[in-house]
Amino acid sequence: MINFSYTIWIPLLPFFMFIFLGLAGHKYFPKLSGILGTCGLAIITVLSYITAYKYFFTTEKVDGAFQKITAFNTTWLQFTDKLHIDLGVLLDPISVMMLVVITTVSLMVHIYSLGYMKGEKGFERFFAFLSLFSFSMLGLVLATNIFQMYIFWELVGVSSFLLIGFYYQKPSAVRASKKAFIVTRFADLGFLIGILILSFNTKTFDFISLTDPSGTAITQGSGIGFLGLSIMTWSMIFVFMGGVGKSAMFPFHIWLPDAMEGPTPVSALIHAATMVVAGVYLVARMFPIYALAAPVALNIVAYVGAFSSIFAAIIACTQTDIKRVLAYSTMSQIGYMMLALGVSGYGGHEGLGYMASMFHLFTHAMFKALLFLGAGAIIHAVHSNHMTEMGGLRKYLPITHITFLIACLTIAGIPPLSGFFSKDEILAAALHHNKLLFAVEYAVAGLTAFYMFRLYFSVFWGKETAYHHTPHEAPATMTIPLIILAIGSVLTGFIPFNQLVTSDGRAFESELELMVAIPSVLIGLLGIGIAYILYKKESAIPDKLAATFKYSYKWAYNKFYMDEVYLFVTKKIIFKLISEPVAWFDRNVVDATMNAIASVTQGVSFRIRGFQSGQLQKYGFVFITGAIMLAILFIYLWK
Amino acid sequence: MSTGIPVQYFLVLATIMFFTGIYGFLTRRNLITMLMSVELILNAVNINFLAFNRYLYPHKLEGMFFSLFIIAVAASEAAVAIAIVINIYRRFATINVEDVNEMKH
Repeated sequence: MINFSYTIWIPLLPFFMFIFLGLAGHKYFPKLSGILGTCGLAIITVLSYITAYKYFFTTEKVDGAFQKITAFNTTWLQFTDKLHIDLGVLLDPISVMMLVVITTVSLMVHIYSLGYMKGEKGFERFFAFLSLFSFSMLGLVLATNIFQMYIFWELVGVSSFLLIGFYYQKPSAVRASKKAFIVTRFADLGFLIGILILSFNTKTFDFISLTDPSGTAITQGSGIGFLGLSIMTWSMIFVFMGGVGKSAMFPFHIWLPDAMEGPTPVSALIHAATMVVAGVYLVARMFPIYALAAPVALNIVAYVGAFSSIFAAIIACTQTDIKRVLAYSTMSQIGYMMLALGVSGYGGHEGLGYMASMFHLFTHAMFKALLFLGAGAIIHAVHSNHMTEMGGLRKYLPITHITFLIACLTIAGIPPLSGFFSKDEILAAALHHNKLLFAVEYAVAGLTAFYMFRLYFSVFWGKETAYHHTPHEAPATMTIPLIILAIGSVLTGFIPFNQLVTSDGRAFESELELMVAIPSVLIGLLGIGIAYILYKKESAIPDKLAATFKYSYKWAYNKFYMDEVYLFVTKKIIFKLISEPVAWFDRNVVDATMNAIASVTQGVSFRIRGFQSGQLQKYGFVFITGAIMLAILFIYLWK
Repeated sequence: MSTGIPVQYFLVLATIMFFTGIYGFLTRRNLITMLMSVELILNAVNINFLAFNRYLYPHKLEGMFFSLFIIAVAASEAAVAIAIVINIYRRFATINVEDVNEMKH
């Protein structure tokens, strides 16, 4: 047995770094705090790689399966003997994989931010928040029990809130941060309810006993029913609601595009690579329960994922803000991961979707972080977010151009880049499960290629735009992470995920299915081809197309009016029909009762205050008269 | 031993003293005089205690103890009250109780 107890330092180091930078950074070393934060992250990145190596290659498998190892566990809140909340570190294939993803992307973002955020006001605050985020995210993936996960889940939400609202003097950033926090918080309510139902019925929070295929949660949970579904299904649906909020799935996706108000490195780290996949991670973590005890909930996961992915892909085709295109693309890709989980079974080759989902999560983190950081470099050079103000940038930004192109090819699923492999596994899993979902995902694959290359061509090729000052390539601190992530995007596809990260911990054989791979590459190429024709050179065709499909274009451009629907529901229905009557009741009944009591008391006191004359002998007279009357009362009337 | 004196005599004396005290307390404006009236009231009570103790429970001493106790309390009360009166005099340059009415509404 290898000793993994050092892994507790992986989340703790960023935590101490957060406290240190947050308390002392501003006063003593505002310039140095970026370097310090990055060094801290570098240390835990190395630790994570060591952990991954030791876990996957030197730990003995039991019965051919990777074991779940509790590396550290301590009782945090002890309510009764049975009811206690622990904090600890759980190592299993997905948490170790997430360790690698988070620390890698976070380190890249830290290095990148050294250049990107240089000279910004609040430089040290930014790095303190990044450390807080790293701490929370690592705590989330390493959680030993669902309650710890919930705590860190909220912490992640807070750090996301703080970082979206980093430019707190900008009203739009403040609005976006509030929106993100409230929407995800609302979804987390469902998560909490799910946790309570789940642990009430299973009497445990612990992941290992919850997800044990022979444990009580799975074997007995499906018995009790409510509205035709088992209680375990209900709890899993509620838990998934938390995942929907955090992962920006329909209908809780509205916060993600607005979250792009934050600094671009933050978008890369939190809103593309790590935090938004927390929902996928959550479903993967609870996967045995979904697959074995709550198949209805798993179906919901699949359909929500599929719908979100095509919904977001259509919107992404019409947006002009470069970061918003990427935000919708993120939502679409996470939809892919959800779908893959939803169509998966448990164990062996049945668990192909699970493996594919984790695989795609891994590769997506690399190429989407790369896309965002590349977008950051573009924005850094052009000082604008809008594609309409860009064009012909390939001459000015050679490194960004090449890395961005690699990322676009990866997400479009062109072999032999990593996106091809993971997307192919997902499509294969969908094909074996449900033809409709497969068709949807197949269409999304084409749309993805189209909108990514629309972005690519209109930024780097397209019309020659006159810039106020010549755009220049980003400094080395920004280009080096781009290059590293580009290499990652190319190579991570060759990691044998079917040997390492599977639903039951056992390796299984999976080969490339040409029946799926060839059409998916073809549709990717088709999407690229259409984008090439429309956007390579300046042409009037896109505008004409938009004019022809005026209404559908307008619908998609306005994000299918989802924000307006939310505003309608909240303002017109909830506020008008519920809140205002309740407020009226509060003001006119509850408050009024209290006010009446107060004013009666005041009026009475006003009348009787004349008694308080300050004349000692009057008081004495009243007192003695009272005493005498009481005496008379007792003597004559008290029988 | 006062075997010849009936208990009513003591009670009448105590009642007269008590109401004299009350009357003085309510009518005299001088704080010192009011204090003296309070002493009269207390002593009237003392007389009652002693008389009842003697006539009802001649072999017990509780009434005596109470009287002694009241005398002690009255002494300390007088000390505190005199201190208050002196402070009032310093503050208001009078000890007329009607002029000391700062505590009204």
